[in-house]
Order: sequence, then C-alpha cells, then structure tokens
Amino acid sequence: MTILVLLVPVTLAMGAVGLGAFFWSLRARQYDDLAGDAERILHDDADRPLRPRTETER
Amino acid sequence: MSDASCSNPHDPTPLNFAVPSLRCGGCVATIERRLAALPGIAAVRANLTQRRVAVTPADPGTSPEAILTALDRMGHPASLIEPDALPRDGADDGTAQALLRGIAVAGFGAMNVMLLSVAVWSGAAGETRAVFHVVSALIAVPVVAYAARPFFVSALGALRARRMNMDVPIALAILLALALSLFETARGGDEVFFDAALTLTFFLLIGRYLDHRMRERARGAMAGLQRLAVRAATLVAPDGATRPIAAADIAPGMVLRILPGERVPADLRVVTGGSDVDRALVTGEARPVAVGPGSEVEAGVLNLTGPFDAVALRPVGESFLSRMVQMLAAAEAGRGRYVRVADRMARLYAPLVHLLALATFAGWVAVSGDWERAAFVAISVLIITCPCALALAVPVAHVVAAGRLMSEGVLIRDGTALERLAEADSVVWDKTGTLTSGTPSMAPLPPTPEAARGAAGALAARSAHPAARAIAASLGGDRPVPESVQEVPGYGVEGLVNGRRARLGRSAWVRAIAARPDGPHAGGRAGQAAGPAFAFEGGSVIRFPLRETLRRGAGAAIVDLERAGLPSEILSGDEAAAVHHIADRLGIEVAWSGLTPAEKVAHVQALAEQGRRPLMVGDGLNDTAALAAAHVSASPASACDAGRAAADFVFLGDDLTAVPLAVRVARRTGQIVRQNFALAALYNAIALPVAMAGLVTPLIAAIAMSASSVAVVANSLRLDRADRRRPRRVPRLSGAPA
Repeated sequence: MTILVLLVPVTLAMGAVGLGAFFWSLRARQYDDLAGDAERILHDDADRPLRPRTETER
Repeated sequence: MSDASCSNPHDPTPLNFAVPSLRCGGCVATIERRLAALPGIAAVRANLTQRRVAVTPADPGTSPEAILTALDRMGHPASLIEPDALPRDGADDGTAQALLRGIAVAGFGAMNVMLLSVAVWSGAAGETRAVFHVVSALIAVPVVAYAARPFFVSALGALRARRMNMDVPIALAILLALALSLFETARGGDEVFFDAALTLTFFLLIGRYLDHRMRERARGAMAGLQRLAVRAATLVAPDGATRPIAAADIAPGMVLRILPGERVPADLRVVTGGSDVDRALVTGEARPVAVGPGSEVEAGVLNLTGPFDAVALRPVGESFLSRMVQMLAAAEAGRGRYVRVADRMARLYAPLVHLLALATFAGWVAVSGDWERAAFVAISVLIITCPCALALAVPVAHVVAAGRLMSEGVLIRDGTALERLAEADSVVWDKTGTLTSGTPSMAPLPPTPEAARGAAGALAARSAHPAARAIAASLGGDRPVPESVQEVPGYGVEGLVNGRRARLGRSAWVRAIAARPDGPHAGGRAGQAAGPAFAFEGGSVIRFPLRETLRRGAGAAIVDLERAGLPSEILSGDEAAAVHHIADRLGIEVAWSGLTPAEKVAHVQALAEQGRRPLMVGDGLNDTAALAAAHVSASPASACDAGRAAADFVFLGDDLTAVPLAVRVARRTGQIVRQNFALAALYNAIALPVAMAGLVTPLIAAIAMSASSVAVVANSLRLDRADRRRPRRVPRLSGAPA
C-alpha cells in the first residue's frame, strides 16, 4: 500500500494539469464558437488563433 | 483570418450583428472575406454558433450602416445588436466565466474524491481508509469554499431578506455534508459524504451556469426612452433674438424655435412656420404629419422638413415623454411581482424538507436516545433531499428551449419569459411595423399618361418623405430632369418639368394648380389609405393610392395562434379605416384604432383584470409601455431600442410565424418542466423514507442523486428533437396572403 503515497499525488497532479488546461482554453476563447471552429478547418486561407481575452474588452 | 490581432492594440469596441441566415461554414468564410475588404474595418469574426458577426472598425466612429448594407447585399439581412440590448452570451460575461471556472474546479474535486471514495466503498479499510478520508477532506474543503460560493452568497441574501429560495436547502446540505464528514474523519468513523458534497456542487453549478445564461442583467427599457429626451433648446426672445436654453428651464409660455432634424423638447403649440413631423413616438405611424400654426406637437416628436416657432404649453417634467417614462416604470414594476416557477417550488419544498429532517432527528432521539446517530441520519436526509434535480429541472429545459428558438431566429430575454408565454391566452398586435412592414408600397395604378408618370417619379425622387420614396420606387421608366425643385414642408414637392409647373403632395395643395378639381383617376379604392396626388399646372389630378404591406407570414401566424387557443386583436394608434382594412385582410374581429400609448396600456391592463394573460406584439415607442405591462411580449428586431428592451422575445427574421412557433416551444417547455418536477418528486418519494430509516450510505446517496439529475437532463433534451420545423426554411412564393 506504500505505492499509494506516490499514486495519490500523481492522480491529483494529473487532474490539476487538466484543470489548468481548461482554464487556459477558456481564456483563449476556445468555447465561443464550437460550430464555427469545426467548419473553419475546411477554409483554405490561413487562420490564426484568437487573442486571449484581455481585461478591457468584455 | 481577418483577425488583426497584433496590428491594433487599442481596438474600438466591436459592433455586433445578428445574422439569422448564417448557417454554414461557407457563409462564415464569405462574410469574413467580403466585410474585411470594406474600408475602415480592422477585424471581422463570424460566430456560427450564435449566428453573429463581430466587426471591429478601424476607428470608433464608424457607422454600422455600411456594414448592414454590405451584409444585406450578400443575402444575409442583419440587425445591429446594441451593446446591452440583448442578453449577452455567457462566454462573454464575467459571472459566467467565474461559474465555468467553479464548475471545472468542482469537477476536478468531485472526480478525485470519487476515486478515493470508490476505493473505500470497495473495501479499503483501516489505516488506508483513514488516509483516504483525510485526503478527501483536504481536497473537498478548499474546493467547496471556492466553487460553492454562489450558493452561500445567494442563500445568505435570501435569509437576510427573510425569504426562502432554492439555495437555502442547497447551501445547508452542502455545508452539513462537509461538516458531518469532517467530524467523522476526525473521529475515524466509517461513513463520509465528501463525494456527495462535491458532486452536488458540481451538478448544481451546471444548473446555475445554464440559468445564468438565460438571464440578462436587469435592465429597464427606460434608458432608450430617456435618450430621446432633449437636453437643450433654442429660445426665441420677444425681440426676435435666439439663445440656447437648457430643456429643464423651459417654462410654459416661452417661444422655442425647432429646426429640421431636431426633437421637440416639450409639449408645444406651433405659432409660426410649418413642417412635417414624425409622430412615431405617439402614434407608432411612420407617416409624417403636417403641422402649421395652431397645431400641437408632443415632446419627443421629430421635426423633419422645416423650421417652426412654437410656444411651450407645459414644463418638461409634465411632457408627453415624461409621462411615457413614468408609465413604463409603473408597468415594469407591476411585472416584477411574477414569481418564477422554480421559486414557487422552493417555497413549498424547502420548509417541508427541513421539517422532515427535524422530525427525523426528533424521532431517532426518541427511539434510540443516540444523539450522534440521530444527527447523522437527519443530515443524511438533508443531503439526499438536496434539490439537485429540482434545481436542474427548470434551467436545463429553458436552455434547450432557448437554443431551439435561437436557431429559428427568436431571442429570449430571460427564462421566465418562456413560463409566461406558455400561460398566454390571447394576442394583442400593434399594426404598423408589426403586422405590416413600416414602409408603404404603391397599390397598382390605373392607366396614367406616360408624361405624368415620369414627372411624378422625378419629383418623388427628390424627396425623402416615405410616401415619395414608395412612389419613386414603383414608377420606373424615363424621368425628365425637373428644374427649380422645391419641397414645401407639410405639403409636398413642386418643380418645373419640361417647362410645366407640377406638384406632388397633399391633394388639396395639388388641386390648387390643377384645371379640373378631380380627374378621372381621383379617389382610391375603399380601404386604401388616401395617398398623395400629382398634377401639372392646368392638368388633371392623379392620385397615388398607397397601401401598407403585410409582414410575411402574418396571415398564417394569426390562424396558427387562433388554433392554439390565442385569439388576436389589434391595438393601433392609426386611423380607423386603415386599421379595419388590415383587420379584414387578416380575419381579425377585434380591432381598436386611434389609441394613445396610455390607452394601449389601459387596454392591456383591462385584459389582465378580466383574468386574461395577453401576449403583446409591438414595435413602436408608443407600444413600449404596453409591452412592459402585458403578461408577456414580443417585438421584431426592427423595433425601436426601447421596444426591443421592453420585449421578452425578439424575433430576428421578417416572418411573423416566429410568434406561434415561440408559443409552441414555450408550451412544450412548460410540459417538460412539469415532467421534470414529477421526476424529482418521484425520486424524493423513494429516497426520503430510505434516508429517514437511516439506511442511506454514501454510496446510495451518490447513485441516487446522480441518477435523478441525469434523468431530468435527459428528459429536457427531448425538447430539442420533438416538433422541429422543416430543417431549412422554404421561401414563400408571395409576400403576404391577400
């Protein structure tokens, strides 16, 4: 059972990484237009990611 | 794509357009490419999910007109979304973002604690279990402190105001579950509810997030009206000199000069001069009205063509516009008494549950005498009856319905609107701008000499009067170039065509130069609004019959609503003949004409006093107070700002069949919500006795609560599938059924 000392923190760390990734993607406006983003991959012209939300614009 | 992310650090605020026809990736690409090619545009981003286009102009002053025209030319009729006229989408909102973060944190905590709990349930014992409980506690306490704050704040607010809402039992259950589990952990007990506290928070936050997306910041329609209030005016002193004066200082008896393009600051009587004024504020009719010495004009009326001097009748505070603002405030306050279905449930549910928990505690103490055991069972009753499914029952159904309606081009101001629309039992329509499109069109013209047609078309093209525009649009062909054209305010246009003097305008004024008082083409058919006339000097008078065009789908909408048990009536500020003509065409039996805004409100309130629940559909400023007074209201996107802000539903397209569709969806939503409540009640009927008997273990609690929530959500999702209209709208052949 001593392996739990390692496993439990590892589990938590992995969860925390996922949580961090979600926060990042939320800030990067990746959930604003799910249907549109699915279509954009088919467009020919180069598309750049949106700028993360700033404090001034809301 | 056209996102100028790096080039422009100080972006002006983007303009948002609702584009209901934005349906595919192809449209997204076309719109972004073509709009970005327009001058003065820094960035364009189309949002397919919300059917919106955000355009960032290069400099802040850019007018949305050019963009609207460009979109229209691409086949995507659009309307501008005022920055705060419509519910802001959740993702753009600080609170919604905070709730989403809360959901993520609660989800993280719930998953990890559940992992540990499953290990305990499947047999971990002794030291391992004690360690797992401690780890769970270390996760649960900060997560609840962060993620469940919205419930604590709301519950505290309700308790302070001595009210009861759904958040009181929720907050209590979460807190007690946490406290009990901490106590058990410290004691080395074998049953803890950390996972229940966290999954509850997680599910409830989802419900809260959905609910939040449905609500808009409380925002009155009054801002729109007050923007019309004039702040300054031009005073004409007795010696003829003019000087500016603040509107608040206007006293009865002062003479003011009103220039074309200005709004009238107070209720006035014209002394000298004449003009056409736009009285849309008062009557809702777009047709300008001529005023001359002796006419009275109300505050907020727009002067269109000529200057006039007028004497103030009343101080600004007692003006027509001020009375409108007061009426609106009264109407909105009246509606504030509506209690949401969920809150009605909470008022019943919360005391019941708390009493049962208390009874359980008392019962266990009486029977076993074991205080600790009694507290444990009572708390488990509170945990298992935590209204999780109940809290999800309404918002999930509302969000699914709102999504449905949005894809059909109907926007909802808030969730209670769906509840109220489902209760509506009659429809009250405004005429101009709602049943009809605001612009007149010309009825078919009897055979007319070519020269007269050309001359009339040429004169009409020189005027901005809506009637003249309709005439110019329908009279094609060769047009001579008129000379010395002059617009006579309140009368019409006069000019020399091929050397002959000609007039287009009010019939009496035109007849003054004609040879015979009335030519063979005089008079319109019955029911048509008497239109303007035209004549050459010494020639015969030709009347141009104008008629209003019905909005698309008006006939079908009224039949549909009638079939759904909602009889229609018309409340119009227009004159009787025009109103009855439209009522006859649509088969509406009850039609009221010549109503002032106050009479419209009185009428709507009278209906309410008879126990009716009218749905008011209107667009004009004169309808605004009636919209706010009605049980529920809708307006087209073309409505004035104040009208849209007062309405519960805004439909984006031209098609009136959106109204019966919204009614159908609202009723279906009401059904689903009732089913959801029934599901939640069923769950409680099973879970409560088990909990009161002290048989609930954390495992049973986890399964029961999740199952009930999932059942409610799955039931709500049925809304999206049932009764879907044909996937793509088939264009109708003719504009309106005659």
